[in-house]
Amino acid sequence: MHSSLPSRADPAPEAGLRQAFLVEDLACQRGDRLLFEGLGFALDPGQLLLLTGPNGSGKSSLLRLLAGLGTPAAGRIRWRGRAIDEDAPAHRQRLRFLTHLDGVKPALTVIENLRFWSALMGAPAPRARSALAAFDLERIADLPARFLSAGQRRRLALSRLMLMPAALWLLDEPSTSLDGEGTERLLAAITAHRGQGGIAVIATHDRLALLPSQELRLAAGEPAR
Amino acid sequence: MSSQPMPIEPAAGAEPSTARIFLAVLTRDLRLILRHGSEAATAIAFFLLATLLFPFGLGPEPDLLARIAAGILWVVALLASLIALDRLFAEDFQDGSLEQLALAPLPLPLVVLAKLGAHWLATGLPLVILAPPLALMLHMDPAGLPVLTASLLLGTPCLSLIGAVGAALVLGARRGALLLPLLILPLYIPVLIFGTAAIDASLAGLSAAPHLQLLGAILLISLGVGPFAAAAAAKQSLV
Repeated sequence: MHSSLPSRADPAPEAGLRQAFLVEDLACQRGDRLLFEGLGFALDPGQLLLLTGPNGSGKSSLLRLLAGLGTPAAGRIRWRGRAIDEDAPAHRQRLRFLTHLDGVKPALTVIENLRFWSALMGAPAPRARSALAAFDLERIADLPARFLSAGQRRRLALSRLMLMPAALWLLDEPSTSLDGEGTERLLAAITAHRGQGGIAVIATHDRLALLPSQELRLAAGEPAR
Repeated sequence: MSSQPMPIEPAAGAEPSTARIFLAVLTRDLRLILRHGSEAATAIAFFLLATLLFPFGLGPEPDLLARIAAGILWVVALLASLIALDRLFAEDFQDGSLEQLALAPLPLPLVVLAKLGAHWLATGLPLVILAPPLALMLHMDPAGLPVLTASLLLGTPCLSLIGAVGAALVLGARRGALLLPLLILPLYIPVLIFGTAAIDASLAGLSAAPHLQLLGAILLISLGVGPFAAAAAAKQSLV
């Protein structure tokens, strides 16, 4: 495998079938621009991959591909040996994707926002309250979300992760606008997720105290032609 | 840690019930529209006001008004349904909810259908209810009212379903609100033709059934095609 990008991932494709989450030779194109190619990594349960790289290097695009939104220009993404687009509903079921947008509806209260997501995931209804507690939002549970600060909105978006365990977390800049205490709660959530055998792929600028199993640095994409 | 099994992978039978999620999306959208949805109120107010203006513009001629009442009501209802349409997916697209909906266990066409259900209940159904009193104001023969209601009941969901495809296609486009009517108005024309023809037929003492059946056929086709086309278009915007 010719990787143009530095990756500490296991390069042996034969090992692929045993890996829980395996990405091989992935390429992503946006318009005329090739964001990355030949990208690969393999993650086992409990492992965390840290994505770094300058703005516009394709971190968010990579996460989108990993979530199954969109098709890569080349390469394969496998979960336990099966391509993720072979069984898209199962892949959606196993992943939580936190984008840079919070997906919070200003007209709904904090708890209503969370109850909707919980219904969407099919989580038991009481989970919404305990998920709020994980990011210290119980006091403002009945406040309409339009009154929330950016950091509080972020906490609300993050509490979606706590509704139901999922095997794969894809987080795009999860610590944006969080204060120190919120970041600590985020780190605790990620540690708990890994402790349960969950895999996480996290794109971030501030390195946080994440203790990644692997790090993948995306180079700045070639300029548009 | 790497040899540890993955206990949090969902079990095969653990998928949440489709009906429950469908209802969750529908009630959320309905709540959002009712809570701050000025678009729904704008659409209904437009329907009322625009219809009320016709008697002033055409002069006090009851015969003329009675003759064109069906066309007025249908054209104004069609334009009113356009008003709230571009917000159907736009807000979810801008605030990131659309991605979460696309990643939900519910297939995206069903999500679209649930959103359309809420949209129609908030903007389509009020038009159906308001149309008969407005028709009487326009001196339409009361004998035509049942067919008017039936044609709108069959026709307005078609408008929502067809419009959803356009609304999803223009997501992320810079002049989306401008592009949308150009895209979907041509597709609205058959609905308009059969909707007014049904009322005219019943006012002329003929059977409205063929026209209503054709409207029903359009509804079935748009029910079968609309949610899938809209979901495919919305997915494109998320890539």
